[in-house]
Amino acid sequence: MTTISIDRVSRWFGNVVAVNDISMRIGPGVTGLLGPNGAGKSTLIHMMSGFLPPSSGRVDIDGVPVWKNQQAYRQIGLVPEREAMYDFLTGHEFVLANAELHGLADPGAAARRALATVEMEYAQDRRVTTYSKGMKQRVKMASALVHDPSVLLLDEPFNGMDPRQRMHLMGLLRRFGADGRTVLFSSHILEEVEQLARHIEVVVAGRHAASGDFLKIRRLMTSRPHQYLVRSSDNRALAAALIADACTTGIEFDPREDALRIQAVDFYRFTELVPRVARAAGIRLLGVSPQDESLESVFSYLVTSA
Amino acid sequence: MNLTVARLTVRGLLGRRRGLLLLAVPALLLVLAVVIRATVGQDESTTVNVLGTLALGTLVPLLGLIAGTGAIGPEIDDGSIIYLLAKPLPRWKIITTKLLVSFGCTVAFGALPTYLAGVILFGDFGGVAVAYGIGALVAGAAYSAIFLLLGVVSRNAVVYGLLYSLVWESVIGGYVSGAKTLSVRQWALAVARKIADPGVVTSAVHLPTAVPLLVVVTLGASALAAVRLSRLTLANEQ
Repeated sequence: MTTISIDRVSRWFGNVVAVNDISMRIGPGVTGLLGPNGAGKSTLIHMMSGFLPPSSGRVDIDGVPVWKNQQAYRQIGLVPEREAMYDFLTGHEFVLANAELHGLADPGAAARRALATVEMEYAQDRRVTTYSKGMKQRVKMASALVHDPSVLLLDEPFNGMDPRQRMHLMGLLRRFGADGRTVLFSSHILEEVEQLARHIEVVVAGRHAASGDFLKIRRLMTSRPHQYLVRSSDNRALAAALIADACTTGIEFDPREDALRIQAVDFYRFTELVPRVARAAGIRLLGVSPQDESLESVFSYLVTSA
Repeated sequence: MNLTVARLTVRGLLGRRRGLLLLAVPALLLVLAVVIRATVGQDESTTVNVLGTLALGTLVPLLGLIAGTGAIGPEIDDGSIIYLLAKPLPRWKIITTKLLVSFGCTVAFGALPTYLAGVILFGDFGGVAVAYGIGALVAGAAYSAIFLLLGVVSRNAVVYGLLYSLVWESVIGGYVSGAKTLSVRQWALAVARKIADPGVVTSAVHLPTAVPLLVVVTLGASALAAVRLSRLTLANEQ
């Protein structure tokens, strides 16, 4: 059982603050590190994996600082985001080399075991250059698992994976989490994170925006005000009908677009309400489009409400 | 010394077509030596010229540059070094191993061919072949350490390395004699001068200056490389 603790950590690069006074504890099980691109997720993972010193604060694994502490790698398995690995090796040679570098007693057996875990034995004698993105990701995984670490750090592991590979990796990570390992993965896709992690840490613009159970965060995300642009055969009648329900908080008639700008607070209820109300009033819906679905707007809402 | 690091480094360095390229350079030197011997005959000043300018002055620094920066630069550039660094392995061991591999390359492709070219050109007279062979050996060690350090600290290691060996050692050293005091080539020539018969090899630096400088630069560059590697960050991926 290993705990990563991040204590009042900031990291800046020149004038740019990448991570701003973040504190979190990551314990056994699967934790998702969620945030838009450029939020500081990679910076955090680099600090947790000892490849970047915090400008201030502490990053510890079980109470021991990670920076400049090569012994920490006995506990850490790292799956970096970048794809480059020793491409001229075969998958098996690569994982074996990693096992040897860890100084394991039986690197051959460890490499075989790790390759079996990620189900890559069938292609282990092919060169890494010939692998697809998903296969590379699995071999990287095997290299990170070869020494049976108690901490697994994965930087955007699902990037570029097809749905089947994604399912497989998710299954693996779930298993490691259930085994009592501390698994942390970063992602900028909410759906990815909520499929896998009960516990979520949200980072936005270098700040710790939210932390906790994904249901709570999901609720925060769905109850935020949404903007919709709705066109119908009778905009004014529709507006009158919609404003009667508590899930709409504001409706504006936009004569240029000849459409309604609707602000709604309950995503699920609103999406169910619009067609029901329109049908009852005999109004024909011509278009319903969400206006601010960008991830950044979702996240920035979280920051202000957290 | 770590055998796995050594194996990965050798395969990275000599793999693909680079191994052949590294082999082509000394092969050219040997072919040239045979041609000169056949046309000019056994001539001391020609031998000293070829070994001093071509072998020690061009071939060895070039090899040191390719092997020294190539032993670590590409891994840092593409990020695959992370697989070496994320291990409970002291960073100085990684540097020492890579230095040995690079040095081995300069011996195999630089010092040995230099010695052989000397034998072809001038036989075993006056200790010329041995002197330049040993000179190339020590120069190879120093160049490897310097260029390995450059490979760790800079993404433009090859450019800086070329500037040093071409501009500083060759051009500036040719006009400003003081620059020769800080020239690996001159230090190596001082060693060669000591080994060869008196008056055969000339060097701008004397042995008592050259040897300490060689030792300090080689060890200092290696130590600094290890320190810099242990502080390597992945910040530039942002």
